[in-house]
Amino acid sequence: MATATKKKKAAGSAKKAPARTSKRAAAYTPPKKFPISFRVNGSEVRAEAPAHTSLLYLLRDLGFTEVKNGCEAGDCGACTVLLDGVAVNACCVLGVQAEGREITTVKGIGTVENLHPIQKKFIELGAIQCGFCTPGMIVAAYELLEKKPRPSREEIKAGIAGNLCRCTGYVKIIDAIEAAAGEMASSKGRKS
Amino acid sequence: MIPAAFGYERPATLEEALILLARHGEGARILSGGHSLLPVLKARLAHPGVLIDIGRIPALSGITRTAGGLRIGALTTHYEVESSPLVREACPLLAEAAGRIGDVQVRNRGTIGGSASHADPAADYPAALLALEAVLVASSPDGTRGIPAADFFTGPYENALKPGEILTAVEVASSPAGSGGAYLKAAQQASGFAICGVAALVTLSGGSIASAKIGVTGVATPAYRARKAEEALAGKPASPESLRAAAALAAEGVDPLDDFHASAEFRVQLAKVYTERALAEALRRAKG
Repeated sequence: MATATKKKKAAGSAKKAPARTSKRAAAYTPPKKFPISFRVNGSEVRAEAPAHTSLLYLLRDLGFTEVKNGCEAGDCGACTVLLDGVAVNACCVLGVQAEGREITTVKGIGTVENLHPIQKKFIELGAIQCGFCTPGMIVAAYELLEKKPRPSREEIKAGIAGNLCRCTGYVKIIDAIEAAAGEMASSKGRKS
Repeated sequence: MIPAAFGYERPATLEEALILLARHGEGARILSGGHSLLPVLKARLAHPGVLIDIGRIPALSGITRTAGGLRIGALTTHYEVESSPLVREACPLLAEAAGRIGDVQVRNRGTIGGSASHADPAADYPAALLALEAVLVASSPDGTRGIPAADFFTGPYENALKPGEILTAVEVASSPAGSGGAYLKAAQQASGFAICGVAALVTLSGGSIASAKIGVTGVATPAYRARKAEEALAGKPASPESLRAAAALAAEGVDPLDDFHASAEFRVQLAKVYTERALAEALRRAKG
Protein backbone atom coordinates (compact mmCIF):
# COMPACT_ATOMS: atom_id res chain seq x y z
CA MET A 1 0.00 0.00 0.00
CA ALA A 2 2.73 2.40 1.04
CA THR A 3 4.70 1.59 -2.10
CA ALA A 4 1.69 2.28 -4.33
CA THR A 5 1.23 5.72 -2.78
CA LYS A 6 4.87 6.56 -3.29
CA LYS A 7 4.68 5.55 -6.95
CA LYS A 8 1.72 7.82 -7.49
CA LYS A 9 3.56 10.77 -6.01
CA ALA A 10 6.60 10.01 -8.10
CA ALA A 11 4.52 9.96 -11.25
CA GLY A 12 3.12 13.39 -10.38
CA SER A 13 6.57 14.92 -10.06
CA ALA A 14 8.57 12.91 -12.51
CA LYS A 15 11.64 15.17 -12.43
CA LYS A 16 12.16 15.09 -8.68
CA ALA A 17 11.47 11.43 -8.17
CA PRO A 18 14.76 9.89 -9.31
CA ALA A 19 16.75 12.28 -7.14
CA ARG A 20 14.69 11.38 -4.11
CA THR A 21 15.06 7.68 -4.79
CA SER A 22 18.81 7.83 -5.11
CA LYS A 23 19.05 9.93 -1.94
CA ARG A 24 17.12 7.26 -0.08
CA ALA A 25 19.30 4.52 -1.43
CA ALA A 26 22.36 6.39 -0.28
CA ALA A 27 20.90 6.95 3.19
CA TYR A 28 20.27 3.26 3.73
CA THR A 29 23.17 1.21 4.92
CA PRO A 30 22.40 -2.42 5.63
CA PRO A 31 22.97 -3.33 9.26
CA LYS A 32 26.41 -4.62 10.08
CA LYS A 33 26.67 -8.38 10.25
CA PHE A 34 28.46 -10.08 13.11
CA PRO A 35 30.24 -13.41 12.81
CA ILE A 36 28.79 -15.86 15.32
CA SER A 37 30.25 -19.25 16.13
CA PHE A 38 28.57 -21.55 18.58
CA ARG A 39 27.58 -25.16 19.05
CA VAL A 40 24.18 -26.67 18.35
CA ASN A 41 23.49 -30.19 19.59
CA GLY A 42 27.22 -30.81 19.81
CA SER A 43 28.16 -29.58 16.32
CA GLU A 44 30.15 -26.46 15.58
CA VAL A 45 28.10 -23.83 13.74
CA ARG A 46 29.34 -20.66 12.06
CA ALA A 47 26.98 -17.95 10.98
CA GLU A 48 26.71 -14.27 10.24
CA ALA A 49 23.80 -12.07 11.28
CA PRO A 50 22.90 -8.51 12.17
CA ALA A 51 22.67 -7.80 15.91
CA HIS A 52 18.89 -7.56 15.90
CA THR A 53 18.44 -11.14 14.64
CA SER A 54 17.02 -13.25 17.44
CA LEU A 55 18.55 -16.60 18.30
CA LEU A 56 15.21 -18.08 17.21
CA TYR A 57 15.51 -16.64 13.68
CA LEU A 58 19.19 -17.50 13.50
CA LEU A 59 18.55 -21.15 14.43
CA ARG A 60 15.62 -21.52 12.05
CA ASP A 61 17.55 -19.88 9.19
CA LEU A 62 20.34 -22.38 9.82
CA GLY A 63 17.85 -25.22 9.43
CA PHE A 64 17.06 -25.97 13.06
CA THR A 65 13.35 -25.66 12.39
CA GLU A 66 12.52 -27.93 15.31
CA VAL A 67 12.75 -24.68 17.30
CA LYS A 68 9.24 -23.32 16.86
CA ASN A 69 8.28 -19.71 16.30
CA GLY A 70 5.20 -18.97 18.41
CA CYS A 71 4.61 -15.61 20.07
CA GLU A 72 8.11 -14.11 19.68
CA ALA A 73 7.59 -12.23 22.93
CA GLY A 74 8.70 -14.72 25.56
CA ASP A 75 5.19 -15.78 26.50
CA CYS A 76 4.54 -19.15 24.84
CA GLY A 77 7.78 -21.12 25.24
CA ALA A 78 7.52 -22.79 21.81
CA CYS A 79 11.09 -21.69 21.04
CA THR A 80 12.57 -23.03 24.28
CA VAL A 81 16.16 -24.26 23.87
CA LEU A 82 18.92 -24.96 26.34
CA LEU A 83 21.60 -22.25 26.41
CA ASP A 84 24.58 -23.77 28.19
CA GLY A 85 22.16 -26.24 29.76
CA VAL A 86 19.61 -23.64 30.88
CA ALA A 87 16.12 -23.38 29.34
CA VAL A 88 15.55 -20.00 27.68
CA ASN A 89 13.18 -18.52 25.11
CA ALA A 90 15.27 -18.30 21.93
CA CYS A 91 13.06 -15.41 20.76
CA CYS A 92 14.30 -13.25 23.64
CA VAL A 93 17.99 -13.92 23.13
CA LEU A 94 19.96 -12.26 20.35
CA GLY A 95 21.84 -14.47 17.94
CA VAL A 96 25.04 -12.58 18.77
CA GLN A 97 24.57 -13.50 22.42
CA ALA A 98 25.02 -17.17 21.48
CA GLU A 99 28.65 -16.54 20.54
CA GLY A 100 30.74 -19.31 22.07
CA ARG A 101 27.73 -20.92 23.75
CA GLU A 102 26.25 -24.40 23.54
CA ILE A 103 22.67 -24.67 22.30
CA THR A 104 20.58 -27.81 22.71
CA THR A 105 17.31 -28.21 20.83
CA VAL A 106 14.79 -31.00 21.17
CA LYS A 107 16.84 -32.96 18.62
CA GLY A 108 19.83 -32.79 20.92
CA ILE A 109 17.87 -34.41 23.74
CA GLY A 110 17.06 -37.56 21.81
CA THR A 111 16.85 -38.77 18.21
CA VAL A 112 14.19 -40.69 16.34
CA GLU A 113 16.37 -43.81 16.60
CA ASN A 114 17.21 -43.23 20.23
CA LEU A 115 14.37 -41.38 21.95
CA HIS A 116 14.85 -39.82 25.33
CA PRO A 117 12.43 -41.20 27.97
CA ILE A 118 10.55 -37.87 27.96
CA GLN A 119 10.04 -38.10 24.19
CA LYS A 120 9.03 -41.75 24.44
CA LYS A 121 6.45 -41.06 27.13
CA PHE A 122 5.03 -38.06 25.21
CA ILE A 123 4.32 -40.44 22.33
CA GLU A 124 3.10 -43.37 24.42
CA LEU A 125 0.76 -41.34 26.60
CA GLY A 126 -0.71 -39.12 23.87
CA ALA A 127 0.82 -35.89 25.16
CA ILE A 128 1.10 -34.61 21.60
CA GLN A 129 -1.83 -33.34 19.55
CA CYS A 130 -0.92 -30.73 16.96
CA GLY A 131 2.70 -30.96 18.07
CA PHE A 132 3.62 -27.30 17.84
CA CYS A 133 4.36 -26.83 21.54
CA THR A 134 6.06 -30.23 21.83
CA PRO A 135 9.71 -29.32 21.10
CA GLY A 136 9.67 -26.47 23.63
CA MET A 137 7.68 -28.50 26.10
CA ILE A 138 10.16 -31.38 25.97
CA VAL A 139 13.15 -29.07 26.39
CA ALA A 140 11.47 -27.44 29.42
CA ALA A 141 10.62 -30.87 30.85
CA TYR A 142 14.21 -32.00 30.30
CA GLU A 143 15.55 -29.06 32.27
CA LEU A 144 12.98 -29.60 35.01
CA LEU A 145 14.06 -33.22 35.46
CA GLU A 146 17.72 -32.12 35.52
CA LYS A 147 16.93 -29.80 38.42
CA LYS A 148 14.37 -32.07 40.12
CA PRO A 149 14.52 -35.73 39.11
CA ARG A 150 11.27 -36.69 40.88
CA PRO A 151 8.98 -33.64 40.75
CA SER A 152 5.46 -33.65 42.17
CA ARG A 153 2.60 -32.89 39.76
CA GLU A 154 2.51 -29.35 41.16
CA GLU A 155 6.24 -28.97 40.50
CA ILE A 156 5.74 -30.26 36.96
CA LYS A 157 3.04 -27.64 36.42
CA ALA A 158 5.40 -24.93 37.68
CA GLY A 159 8.18 -26.33 35.49
CA ILE A 160 6.14 -26.04 32.29
CA ALA A 161 4.34 -22.82 33.26
CA GLY A 162 6.30 -21.02 30.56
CA ASN A 163 5.08 -23.36 27.80
CA LEU A 164 1.61 -22.94 26.40
CA CYS A 165 -0.34 -25.79 24.81
CA ARG A 166 -3.67 -25.03 23.16
CA CYS A 167 -4.65 -28.66 22.43
CA THR A 168 -4.09 -31.09 25.24
CA GLY A 169 -5.27 -29.28 28.34
CA TYR A 170 -1.88 -30.24 29.81
CA VAL A 171 -3.08 -33.33 31.71
CA LYS A 172 -1.41 -35.84 29.39
CA ILE A 173 1.73 -33.71 29.19
CA ILE A 174 1.99 -33.77 32.99
CA ASP A 175 1.29 -37.54 32.94
CA ALA A 176 4.08 -38.04 30.39
CA ILE A 177 6.65 -36.02 32.34
CA GLU A 178 5.72 -37.83 35.54
CA ALA A 179 6.05 -41.22 33.80
CA ALA A 180 9.38 -40.23 32.23
CA ALA A 181 10.72 -39.18 35.63
CA GLY A 182 9.69 -42.58 36.99
CA GLU A 183 11.34 -44.43 34.13
CA MET A 184 14.54 -42.39 34.39
CA ALA A 185 14.71 -43.00 38.14
CA SER A 186 14.22 -46.76 37.78
CA SER A 187 16.72 -47.11 34.92
CA LYS A 188 19.21 -45.10 36.98
CA GLY A 189 18.53 -47.43 39.89
CA ARG A 190 19.19 -50.48 37.68
CA LYS A 191 22.48 -49.07 36.42
CA SER A 192 23.96 -48.37 39.83
CA MET B 1 8.14 -9.52 15.21
CA ILE B 2 11.50 -8.07 14.36
CA PRO B 3 13.01 -5.09 16.13
CA ALA B 4 14.45 -2.18 14.18
CA ALA B 5 18.14 -2.65 13.48
CA PHE B 6 20.56 -1.59 16.16
CA GLY B 7 24.29 -1.72 16.78
CA TYR B 8 25.79 -4.10 19.28
CA GLU B 9 28.68 -3.83 21.70
CA ARG B 10 29.90 -6.50 24.09
CA PRO B 11 32.32 -4.96 26.56
CA ALA B 12 34.47 -7.29 28.64
CA THR B 13 34.75 -5.00 31.65
CA LEU B 14 32.58 -2.49 33.50
CA GLU B 15 35.04 0.31 32.63
CA GLU B 16 34.69 -0.49 28.95
CA ALA B 17 30.88 -0.58 29.28
CA LEU B 18 30.83 2.85 30.95
CA ILE B 19 33.02 4.32 28.20
CA LEU B 20 30.72 2.88 25.54
CA LEU B 21 27.65 4.21 27.34
CA ALA B 22 29.22 7.67 27.58
CA ARG B 23 30.11 7.57 23.88
CA HIS B 24 26.67 6.46 22.67
CA GLY B 25 24.73 8.51 25.23
CA GLU B 26 20.93 8.43 25.16
CA GLY B 27 20.93 6.30 22.01
CA ALA B 28 22.20 3.27 23.90
CA ARG B 29 20.38 0.74 26.04
CA ILE B 30 21.98 -1.76 28.39
CA LEU B 31 21.23 -5.41 27.59
CA SER B 32 21.52 -8.19 30.14
CA GLY B 33 19.05 -11.12 30.02
CA GLY B 34 16.93 -9.45 27.36
CA HIS B 35 13.65 -11.03 28.42
CA SER B 36 12.16 -7.58 29.12
CA LEU B 37 14.13 -5.39 26.73
CA LEU B 38 13.85 -7.48 23.57
CA PRO B 39 10.02 -7.71 23.66
CA VAL B 40 9.98 -3.90 24.13
CA LEU B 41 12.21 -3.47 21.07
CA LYS B 42 10.15 -5.93 19.02
CA ALA B 43 7.00 -3.98 19.88
CA ARG B 44 8.97 -0.91 18.68
CA LEU B 45 8.32 0.90 21.94
CA ALA B 46 11.97 1.93 22.04
CA HIS B 47 14.48 2.58 19.25
CA PRO B 48 18.00 2.43 20.64
CA GLY B 49 20.83 2.93 18.17
CA VAL B 50 23.00 0.45 20.00
CA LEU B 51 22.68 -2.22 22.67
CA ILE B 52 25.51 -2.58 25.15
CA ASP B 53 25.53 -6.21 26.22
CA ILE B 54 26.90 -6.38 29.77
CA GLY B 55 26.18 -10.12 29.96
CA ARG B 56 29.82 -11.17 29.97
CA ILE B 57 31.25 -8.83 32.56
CA PRO B 58 32.43 -11.10 35.38
CA ALA B 59 32.42 -8.29 37.99
CA LEU B 60 28.65 -7.99 37.67
CA SER B 61 27.86 -11.61 38.55
CA GLY B 62 27.72 -13.54 41.74
CA ILE B 63 26.35 -13.30 45.23
CA THR B 64 28.80 -12.40 48.00
CA ARG B 65 28.57 -11.75 51.71
CA THR B 66 29.14 -8.21 52.96
CA ALA B 67 29.55 -6.94 56.52
CA GLY B 68 25.81 -6.76 57.17
CA GLY B 69 24.26 -8.77 54.39
CA LEU B 70 24.67 -9.64 50.73
CA ARG B 71 25.84 -8.06 47.54
CA ILE B 72 24.01 -9.49 44.56
CA GLY B 73 25.63 -8.73 41.21
CA ALA B 74 23.32 -7.12 38.65
CA LEU B 75 23.63 -10.12 36.31
CA THR B 76 22.39 -12.60 38.92
CA THR B 77 19.41 -14.40 37.43
CA HIS B 78 16.10 -14.78 39.21
CA TYR B 79 16.74 -18.52 39.39
CA GLU B 80 20.12 -17.96 41.03
CA VAL B 81 18.54 -15.68 43.64
CA GLU B 82 15.65 -18.09 44.19
CA SER B 83 17.93 -21.10 44.69
CA SER B 84 20.94 -19.48 46.40
CA PRO B 85 21.58 -20.92 49.89
CA LEU B 86 23.13 -17.56 50.83
CA VAL B 87 20.00 -15.61 49.89
CA ARG B 88 17.68 -18.17 51.42
CA GLU B 89 19.55 -17.88 54.68
CA ALA B 90 20.18 -14.13 54.85
CA CYS B 91 16.99 -12.75 53.28
CA PRO B 92 14.53 -15.50 52.38
CA LEU B 93 11.95 -12.87 51.39
CA LEU B 94 14.06 -11.96 48.34
CA ALA B 95 14.39 -15.61 47.32
CA GLU B 96 10.64 -16.05 47.65
CA ALA B 97 9.89 -13.02 45.46
CA ALA B 98 12.44 -14.16 42.84
CA GLY B 99 10.72 -17.55 42.70
CA ARG B 100 7.40 -15.91 41.88
CA ILE B 101 8.68 -14.01 38.83
CA GLY B 102 7.32 -15.02 35.41
CA ASP B 103 8.05 -18.59 34.38
CA VAL B 104 11.07 -20.90 34.28
CA GLN B 105 12.55 -19.46 31.09
CA VAL B 106 12.20 -15.91 32.37
CA ARG B 107 13.74 -16.78 35.75
CA ASN B 108 16.61 -18.59 34.02
CA ARG B 109 17.50 -15.63 31.86
CA GLY B 110 16.14 -12.51 33.58
CA THR B 111 18.48 -10.69 35.95
CA ILE B 112 17.94 -8.72 39.14
CA GLY B 113 19.67 -5.67 37.67
CA GLY B 114 17.66 -5.88 34.47
CA SER B 115 14.36 -6.31 36.27
CA ALA B 116 15.06 -3.45 38.69
CA SER B 117 16.17 -1.09 35.90
CA HIS B 118 13.21 -2.01 33.72
CA ALA B 119 11.02 -0.90 36.66
CA ASP B 120 7.85 -2.53 35.43
CA PRO B 121 5.12 -1.29 37.81
CA ALA B 122 3.75 -4.85 38.07
CA ALA B 123 7.10 -6.60 38.60
CA ASP B 124 7.70 -8.69 41.72
CA TYR B 125 11.18 -7.56 42.76
CA PRO B 126 10.32 -3.93 43.62
CA ALA B 127 7.99 -5.00 46.46
CA ALA B 128 10.70 -7.14 48.07
CA LEU B 129 13.49 -4.61 47.47
CA LEU B 130 11.37 -1.92 49.14
CA ALA B 131 10.48 -4.08 52.15
CA LEU B 132 14.12 -5.13 52.55
CA GLU B 133 15.32 -1.51 52.19
CA ALA B 134 17.74 -2.70 49.54
CA VAL B 135 20.33 -0.36 48.10
CA LEU B 136 20.83 -0.30 44.34
CA VAL B 137 24.43 0.34 43.40
CA ALA B 138 25.09 2.41 40.30
CA SER B 139 28.43 3.01 38.63
CA SER B 140 29.41 5.84 36.34
CA PRO B 141 32.73 7.24 35.16
CA ASP B 142 32.55 9.52 38.23
CA GLY B 143 32.35 6.65 40.69
CA THR B 144 29.80 4.57 42.50
CA ARG B 145 26.72 5.53 44.48
CA GLY B 146 24.05 3.65 46.37
CA ILE B 147 20.41 4.45 45.74
CA PRO B 148 17.85 3.32 48.36
CA ALA B 149 15.07 1.25 46.78
CA ALA B 150 12.50 3.82 47.97
CA ASP B 151 14.22 6.44 45.75
CA PHE B 152 15.09 4.11 42.88
CA PHE B 153 11.65 3.36 41.43
CA THR B 154 10.42 6.73 40.18
CA GLY B 155 7.59 5.86 37.81
CA PRO B 156 6.31 3.32 35.31
CA TYR B 157 9.44 1.97 33.58
CA GLU B 158 11.39 4.82 35.15
CA ASN B 159 14.25 4.66 37.58
CA ALA B 160 16.64 7.04 39.31
CA LEU B 161 19.68 6.10 37.21
CA LYS B 162 21.33 9.12 35.63
CA PRO B 163 22.50 9.10 32.02
CA GLY B 164 25.81 7.29 31.89
CA GLU B 165 25.12 5.15 34.96
CA ILE B 166 24.88 1.36 35.00
CA LEU B 167 23.22 -0.59 37.79
CA THR B 168 25.94 -2.97 38.95
CA ALA B 169 24.63 -4.63 42.13
CA VAL B 170 21.89 -4.82 44.69
CA GLU B 171 22.82 -4.78 48.37
CA VAL B 172 20.51 -6.18 50.99
CA ALA B 173 20.93 -6.38 54.73
CA SER B 174 20.51 -9.76 56.41
CA SER B 175 17.07 -9.96 57.94
CA PRO B 176 17.51 -9.69 61.73
CA ALA B 177 16.92 -12.50 64.20
CA GLY B 178 13.27 -12.69 65.21
CA SER B 179 12.13 -11.52 61.81
CA GLY B 180 10.02 -13.18 59.17
CA GLY B 181 9.16 -12.24 55.62
CA ALA B 182 6.56 -13.21 53.07
CA TYR B 183 5.71 -12.27 49.48
CA LEU B 184 2.20 -12.92 48.26
CA LYS B 185 0.62 -11.85 45.01
CA ALA B 186 -2.58 -11.88 43.04
CA ALA B 187 -1.16 -12.61 39.61
CA GLN B 188 -2.63 -11.69 36.27
CA GLN B 189 -3.58 -15.12 34.94
CA ALA B 190 -1.87 -15.07 31.56
CA SER B 191 1.30 -13.11 32.25
CA GLY B 192 1.94 -13.84 35.91
CA PHE B 193 2.55 -10.13 36.53
CA ALA B 194 1.24 -8.78 39.84
CA ILE B 195 -2.16 -7.14 39.97
CA CYS B 196 -1.22 -6.81 43.59
CA GLY B 197 1.96 -8.11 45.19
CA VAL B 198 2.84 -7.51 48.82
CA ALA B 199 6.19 -8.16 50.48
CA ALA B 200 6.17 -7.93 54.26
CA LEU B 201 9.07 -8.14 56.68
CA VAL B 202 8.09 -8.27 60.35
CA THR B 203 10.52 -8.17 63.26
CA LEU B 204 9.33 -9.28 66.69
CA SER B 205 10.58 -8.21 70.06
CA GLY B 206 9.03 -10.15 72.90
CA GLY B 207 5.36 -10.53 72.06
CA SER B 208 5.11 -7.30 70.11
CA ILE B 209 6.03 -6.04 66.70
CA ALA B 210 9.29 -4.09 66.78
CA SER B 211 8.98 -3.09 63.15
CA ALA B 212 7.14 -3.97 59.98
CA LYS B 213 8.20 -3.10 56.45
CA ILE B 214 5.75 -3.48 53.61
CA GLY B 215 6.42 -3.13 49.87
CA VAL B 216 3.48 -3.11 47.46
CA THR B 217 3.72 -3.67 43.69
CA GLY B 218 1.11 -3.67 40.92
CA VAL B 219 -1.36 -1.49 42.80
CA ALA B 220 0.02 1.94 41.97
CA THR B 221 2.95 3.25 40.03
CA PRO B 222 5.70 3.15 41.07
CA ALA B 223 5.75 0.35 43.64
CA TYR B 224 5.59 1.86 47.13
CA ARG B 225 6.21 1.36 50.83
CA ALA B 226 2.91 1.19 52.76
CA ARG B 227 4.26 3.50 55.44
CA LYS B 228 0.92 4.26 57.11
CA ALA B 229 0.37 0.56 57.67
CA GLU B 230 3.95 0.13 58.90
CA GLU B 231 3.54 2.97 61.42
CA ALA B 232 0.28 1.49 62.67
CA LEU B 233 2.10 -1.74 63.54
CA ALA B 234 5.18 -0.44 65.34
CA GLY B 235 5.11 -1.45 68.99
CA LYS B 236 1.72 -3.16 68.67
CA PRO B 237 1.03 -6.65 70.02
CA ALA B 238 1.45 -9.38 67.40
CA SER B 239 -2.28 -10.06 67.16
CA PRO B 240 -4.63 -10.61 64.23
CA GLU B 241 -6.47 -7.43 65.22
CA SER B 242 -3.41 -5.22 64.88
CA LEU B 243 -2.55 -6.81 61.53
CA ARG B 244 -6.06 -6.18 60.23
CA ALA B 245 -6.13 -2.59 61.45
CA ALA B 246 -2.76 -1.89 59.82
CA ALA B 247 -3.62 -3.67 56.58
CA ALA B 248 -6.66 -1.43 56.17
CA LEU B 249 -4.13 1.40 55.57
CA ALA B 250 -2.18 -0.48 52.86
CA ALA B 251 -3.35 1.74 50.00
CA GLU B 252 -3.75 4.92 52.04
CA GLY B 253 -2.73 8.00 50.11
CA VAL B 254 -1.85 6.16 46.86
CA ASP B 255 -3.31 6.74 43.44
CA PRO B 256 -4.30 3.21 42.39
CA LEU B 257 -3.93 1.92 38.83
CA ASP B 258 -7.15 1.30 36.96
CA ASP B 259 -7.05 -0.85 33.83
CA PHE B 260 -8.65 -3.84 32.13
CA HIS B 261 -6.93 -6.26 34.51
CA ALA B 262 -8.48 -4.74 37.64
CA SER B 263 -10.35 -1.61 38.66
CA ALA B 264 -8.80 0.85 41.09
CA GLU B 265 -11.34 -0.16 43.71
CA PHE B 266 -10.48 -3.85 43.35
CA ARG B 267 -6.75 -3.13 43.54
CA VAL B 268 -7.21 -1.22 46.80
CA GLN B 269 -9.20 -4.12 48.20
CA LEU B 270 -6.50 -6.57 47.07
CA ALA B 271 -3.81 -4.39 48.67
CA LYS B 272 -5.60 -4.57 52.02
CA VAL B 273 -6.31 -8.29 51.88
CA TYR B 274 -2.87 -9.29 50.60
CA THR B 275 -1.14 -7.03 53.12
CA GLU B 276 -3.03 -8.71 55.94
CA ARG B 277 -2.19 -12.18 54.59
CA ALA B 278 1.47 -11.32 53.96
CA LEU B 279 1.80 -9.85 57.46
CA ALA B 280 0.18 -12.92 59.02
CA GLU B 281 2.50 -15.26 57.10
CA ALA B 282 5.56 -13.13 57.93
CA LEU B 283 4.56 -13.16 61.59
CA ARG B 284 4.14 -16.92 61.56
CA ARG B 285 7.63 -17.28 60.11
CA ALA B 286 9.08 -14.75 62.57
CA LYS B 287 7.78 -16.87 65.42
CA GLY B 288 9.61 -19.77 63.74
